[in-house]
Amino acid sequence: MQHQIIAAIIVSSIAFFSVFVITPFLIKALEKRNSVVKDYHRKGGAMVARPGGPSLIVGILISGIVLYAFFPKTEIIAILTTTALAFFVGLVDDKKVMGGWFKPLALAATAIPILLLGAYDSDLSFPLFGDVKIPLLYLGVVVIMISITGNTINSIDVLNGVASGFMVIAGSALTISLIILQNYEVAIASLMLVFVSLAFYKYHKFPSKIFPGDSGALTLGAMYGAIAIVGQVEVVAAIALGPAIINSFLFLSSMKRIVEHREIKAKPVSLTEDFKLKATSDKDASVTLVRLILAGGRPLTEKEIGYVIFRLTIFSGILAIITAFMMEISL
Amino acid sequence: MSGSSIFVFIFAMWILIIIGGGISVLILAPIEISGYGEFALIISSAIKAVVSIGLVVAWIFILSKVKNWIFRSQLKV
Repeated sequence: MQHQIIAAIIVSSIAFFSVFVITPFLIKALEKRNSVVKDYHRKGGAMVARPGGPSLIVGILISGIVLYAFFPKTEIIAILTTTALAFFVGLVDDKKVMGGWFKPLALAATAIPILLLGAYDSDLSFPLFGDVKIPLLYLGVVVIMISITGNTINSIDVLNGVASGFMVIAGSALTISLIILQNYEVAIASLMLVFVSLAFYKYHKFPSKIFPGDSGALTLGAMYGAIAIVGQVEVVAAIALGPAIINSFLFLSSMKRIVEHREIKAKPVSLTEDFKLKATSDKDASVTLVRLILAGGRPLTEKEIGYVIFRLTIFSGILAIITAFMMEISL
Repeated sequence: MSGSSIFVFIFAMWILIIIGGGISVLILAPIEISGYGEFALIISSAIKAVVSIGLVVAWIFILSKVKNWIFRSQLKV
């Protein structure tokens, strides 16, 4: 146990400080190359550096290699490979605008290392009721899981600091759940995700100095999904993602098809004169989590909406941890 | 409080996941095909896949109804 605690402290520190130190250099480099986008929600429409994915993937890979040195397990290689592939998928989307189907399909392909390395258990565990053996069907679960987690985190990346802050909270719930289920090595990998997200949040929070972009959001989401599969906590992980899943669910059920946000002309929210956000009454606009938070209430600042999403995520995280305890009980 | 009905929806979704998981275990776990040699695993997996898709569709349908009920005022935006 002492070995795991030492590894957790070292890996978390490397994960945090590598992203914390690299990100300011990345911001300067991106600004120099004019790789910036307008933040429409901010007074004056500040230009913000994008994408932040490179600093996240460097932090994940450096700390991941150190974790592998402590515990040379194929599960860690599977998590890192899938995460790195998802980063490249995101980078392609950052550089060139791809169609709505590109990300789900490309992300599904990033799950291949998990399958090839056999870093999964085909028994799907449910709280209270036990396991169900689905040897062939589980292959589909692996592929779908990475695609869903990557895209849901990407779809919630709409406000300053939300994607990284969300990942800090959901990742913490996942880490605690893995500790409850005594899966310590994967819990340290999850801790790594929490600390890279936390370091990135420092620069991503309102007012953002950098946006994660598709490369950043898909990296975080795919890593979360890979940890869930390798750690056999698929159901717990899905529960901790509650607000992001609701966002995707509301979006898809209102749009009735898979489509890129940028392809939709009707806006779900609009800006007031004092730069607060309010829900629009446009029937053609998608229903999203942010629109639902604002519907029927007063306009809120971007920061206030972010905090509402964080409160919802904490609530989901608590339910996920309760679910992890329920995994130990069998009716 | 902003988003209070979303807390209710998250809780409802959690209950649905627990119940849905239970139903999956009770329905999917007993499905075992024998007498088809090496194809038994493929046949049982195919049946499990069809049943799973049915359960997921039912789950999404119920969740959609719960969403409409919880957010009936907000969705009129």
